[in-house]
Amino acid sequence: MAKQSEIIANHKGKRRPDNPFKTIARLLSYYKNCMWALIIAVVCILLYSAATIAAGYMLDPLVKVLESALSDKAGIHMDEQIAKYTVLLIYMAVLYFAGVITNFGLNRLMLQCTATVMAKLRTDLFDRMQELPVGFFDSHTHGELMSYYTNDVDAIREMLNNSVTQLLISTASLTGVVIAMISLSAPLFLIVLVLGTLVVLITKFIASRSGKNFVHQQKALAKVNGYIEEMMEGQRVVKAFNHEEKVMTDFDEMNEELRHVATRASTLASIMGPIMNNLSHIFYALTTTIGVLFAANGELIASLSKNSSFDWTKIGVEGSVLITFLSFIRQFSNRVSEISQQFNYILLALAGAERVFKLMDMPPEIDDGAVTLETGEDGSKVWRVISKEGEITKIPLVGKIELHDVDFSYDGNKLVLEDVTLYAKKGQKIAFVGSTGAGKTTITNLINRFYDVNDGEITYDGIDIRNIKKDDLRGTLGMVLQDTHLFTGTVMENIRYGKLDATDEDCIAAAKIANADYFISHLPEGYRTMLYSDGANLSQGQRQLIAIARAAVASPTVLILDEATSSIDTRTEKLIESGMDKLMEGRTVFVIAHRLSTVRNSNAIMVLEHGRIIERGDHEDLLRQQGEYYKLYTGAFELS
Amino acid sequence: MMETNTKNAKERGLRRYASFVKGYGVPTVLTPVFMVFEVALEVLIPLLMAAIVDGGLYGQEDFLLRSVIPASLRTGSMQLIFTLGGLMVLAALLSLACGMLGARTASVAAMGFAKNLRRAIFEKIQSFSFANTDKFSTSSLIVRTTTDVTMIQNTFMQIIRIFVRAPMMMIFAAIMAFNINSRLSWIFVIAIPFLLATMLVLISMGHPRFLTMLKKTDAMNTSVQENLIAMRVVKAFVREDYEKQKFHSSATDLKKAQIHAQKIFSWAPALQLFIMFTCTVILLALGGFEIIRYKTFGPGELTSLMTYTTQIISSLAMVSFFVVTVSMARASVTRVNEVLDEELDIIGADSPLKVTNGEIEFRHVDFSYTKDPGNLTLSDVNLRIRSGETIGVIGGTGEGKSSLVQLIPRFYDALNGEVLISGHNVKEYSLYELREGVSMVLQKNMLFSGSIKDNLRWGCADASDEDIVAACKMACAHDFIMGFEKGYDTDLGQGGCNVSGGQKQRLCIARALLKKPKILILDDSTSAVDTATDEKIRKAFREYIPGTTKIIIAQRIASIMMSDRIIVMDKGRISDVGTHAELMERSEIYREVFESQMKGEDE
Repeated sequence: MAKQSEIIANHKGKRRPDNPFKTIARLLSYYKNCMWALIIAVVCILLYSAATIAAGYMLDPLVKVLESALSDKAGIHMDEQIAKYTVLLIYMAVLYFAGVITNFGLNRLMLQCTATVMAKLRTDLFDRMQELPVGFFDSHTHGELMSYYTNDVDAIREMLNNSVTQLLISTASLTGVVIAMISLSAPLFLIVLVLGTLVVLITKFIASRSGKNFVHQQKALAKVNGYIEEMMEGQRVVKAFNHEEKVMTDFDEMNEELRHVATRASTLASIMGPIMNNLSHIFYALTTTIGVLFAANGELIASLSKNSSFDWTKIGVEGSVLITFLSFIRQFSNRVSEISQQFNYILLALAGAERVFKLMDMPPEIDDGAVTLETGEDGSKVWRVISKEGEITKIPLVGKIELHDVDFSYDGNKLVLEDVTLYAKKGQKIAFVGSTGAGKTTITNLINRFYDVNDGEITYDGIDIRNIKKDDLRGTLGMVLQDTHLFTGTVMENIRYGKLDATDEDCIAAAKIANADYFISHLPEGYRTMLYSDGANLSQGQRQLIAIARAAVASPTVLILDEATSSIDTRTEKLIESGMDKLMEGRTVFVIAHRLSTVRNSNAIMVLEHGRIIERGDHEDLLRQQGEYYKLYTGAFELS
Repeated sequence: MMETNTKNAKERGLRRYASFVKGYGVPTVLTPVFMVFEVALEVLIPLLMAAIVDGGLYGQEDFLLRSVIPASLRTGSMQLIFTLGGLMVLAALLSLACGMLGARTASVAAMGFAKNLRRAIFEKIQSFSFANTDKFSTSSLIVRTTTDVTMIQNTFMQIIRIFVRAPMMMIFAAIMAFNINSRLSWIFVIAIPFLLATMLVLISMGHPRFLTMLKKTDAMNTSVQENLIAMRVVKAFVREDYEKQKFHSSATDLKKAQIHAQKIFSWAPALQLFIMFTCTVILLALGGFEIIRYKTFGPGELTSLMTYTTQIISSLAMVSFFVVTVSMARASVTRVNEVLDEELDIIGADSPLKVTNGEIEFRHVDFSYTKDPGNLTLSDVNLRIRSGETIGVIGGTGEGKSSLVQLIPRFYDALNGEVLISGHNVKEYSLYELREGVSMVLQKNMLFSGSIKDNLRWGCADASDEDIVAACKMACAHDFIMGFEKGYDTDLGQGGCNVSGGQKQRLCIARALLKKPKILILDDSTSAVDTATDEKIRKAFREYIPGTTKIIIAQRIASIMMSDRIIVMDKGRISDVGTHAELMERSEIYREVFESQMKGEDE
């Protein structure tokens, strides 16, 4: 219950699916591999409902036997009655037993189905996410994307696991109960119908209010959580400025607000149970009273019949009927409230499923390049190009990158790069310098086709990179990014990420190049030390060294270093310089760096401003020009 | 010894959680009371039903009629029906009232409890030293104040509602059943322990499997998150297929764990039904035969016994699943207790002593983040800084620069030796007075959501506008602030994301200056400020706050070159102290750093 309320609250935006039937059909298609299990489960549900209701219905003939025994004061037909009663009981027991068996069967089968469907759904979602372009990830926060796996997938699982089964059982049982009740006594059923209507109305009313209140609660909770987070991250500042008391006062205010809202939300959520429960008691009491009052053999019916031409005994209620009927009331109200509640959850889960499917339908990265990389006869790598005429040419992989009049914009409006032209040959080191937003990182994003150019072209060994198969293109590019990201696993595994078939020796050699070997071997378990949550147990500098080692083991033709050494102090940087030089040897290298000392020995330095290259040349050239680079270098300007 | 310890901890835990009820004691106590009334009334209804049916339909005088209802009422059947029917409706209405009140009081109590609990944890964390915080990590502390509190709150609510309700229901229903027919009710004596035993077996078998499943879910989510965060790495190394494979195997693992765990629990409803149905059939058999043979009791009573069967069995099942919920919450309680039980390792002295001047002295100071003498971050640091001196600190990452200055405002305590400020050990001051005297601009600059002015007032709550402008001018922040449309009222957004790195640093410096400290520490806090402005700020310090001791840690040698003295840190030791000229002459490390940064300019 609480779980489902949370799910409601987490979907502030959209709570109703656009096209429920299409979504249901698509969800059903996931049952393809367990279709038979699903069908048998549904049959079990029908059998279960029928069996238990039929068993409950047996109460009527059983009580009839008892009635005859009670009126048979002398006990003349006792043996006959006992025999009849026993047979009826055996029928009942058999029906109940069938109910137990089918109940077990349906639970088992549904469990199997749900687990299978969920696994398939999850992997489909994940697989598609891997194929989406980088632009998608840049425009969504991690939180948003995670919510597909947590909130949406959870809502779907909850629905398939509980709601669907519950809804099917409830509907089947309700139908059975209603049929049973009407056939027992139509007039009494009219009372119950009022109950049913009331239950639906109240459920609807409370559910809509409680949904709203949960949204409020969630907002207040988010506020408190956000505050806690901010203050914890700023703990040093809080302490340095003796702000603990003020923080506590602010917190108390928000905490009280949360309590207030949460109490209201929780009251509404928890009041539903007692209302439903006791409503059925009230109707139970009313039905009993009215039923006994109108008993077929009672005073009221007798006196009514005496004074009118209408035969009142026709609508009089028999004792056995009343008793059986009463036993169905509780079931009736439970089923109705279950259905109306589950219905809400199912709509919610369908909305979640719709979101998940929408994501699965997003177009993957465009990858229509026909040029592939293969190993030539002499063991070196070559590009395999097929011309329009079907002629195959092989171009050796060298690492010559050229940008011709490249324009680029992330949003289609504001140009981030304009008329960028540059050439990089094997063995050259090209550096980009400029303030944040000048477009340095964007250039590298274009080279590896995280994004595609809007105008102009980028060629790799003379081939337009849009014609090269993406995997092969990226396979020849090595990147060390500004934000280093490591994976849960050992240090060794993290380095091996660069080249999956690298041996331990290869990895250690790469670590040595990056000057990471020293600190790694001093970790508690050396290369086998486990890294958790993005390498939180390492310093930022150490993480960068591992990332450099990871790029080194890949031995790429073109190397892109985006602020790769920003968190390494100048002395350590000097220490790894020789390693870095070794790493860069014979490759085409692009370097983005904040610290000018890092780029000084580049073959060419490009100074970028507002997406344009405003100065280019080597260090000495640029100093001689006394332009922007000179100003940056002498510290007259700040890089932000 | 160990045992008494855990026992004490348990007792302390209970007493502690009882204290969180404070302010919400009345609803906490009322909830179970309402629950008891609700249950009692609910159990009464089948009994009344039996009386009305047996008396009104069959003229059978059953237990209730014989023992409770006065003879005068039993004369006419109409009167009997109305009286009993009225009582029944009344009981249901009262039960409804109690149920609703109980839901309300339970909510008030649980949310109040959660509020107090959340406050206690947050307050405790506020008093944590960094050593305490480092032990937990920020993200895990956040989980403890949020997710875990919610979990405990829900359990608390269940305890005061269900934990009383279900057993009471079982007991009342059993009493009623025995009163109606004690011979038949023996069946419950057999059924209850049987059901309880099977449920407990299921739970104890299923629980560990369930935990495994939860762990697998967590692991899968973590790996997804990692994958999302590192998407560029994944794509850059063309590892999409590798990642897919990794995910497929963890999804399959999860699927297996899910089936494995829920397989056990799928027995529960079937077993419950089996026992309930068995009881019903046996009751009907024995009761029916008794009615046929001896006519000692009526069909109404027989059906009320069936109702009690349902009530007893379903409340039993509820109790057993309640055990599961509580045991799941135990993990949360443990995590919260770890925070509440954490011993504060830095507590200020209870003294009115104030920091009077900016003199600092380190005497044979050793320091370790792990409090391990074998793993020292600082070792044997000896240093004297006169009031008003400007001190530069330089050295590589991880050589102990930040650790050194963090000992001054007691963010951490020295392992050995002592740190003195204006002639007194830092431990002799109250934390408040100590930190009033020392201002620190940190490496990781942090501004809070709110306006620029709000943020600056952190330095001094009642600073006048003139004070603020003066401090900002000193920190070279005034000009760019005035460049904003709203000037000092510009909203910074969470974490101060609306200003550039260099601007943020200057705001942080202004904030620190507003405190008018005796000691000002800048920990690598002008790294994003251009050298010219950096120089201007230092000049302002010399001019306007000559009496304040200034300690400046920097990567950029230009930032500290002009200090009165420069400390060179190497591997946790002070390698050398002196002026720029002296160090150029005798410190190899210093020269190396200088050359690595200045080579270009000399050319």
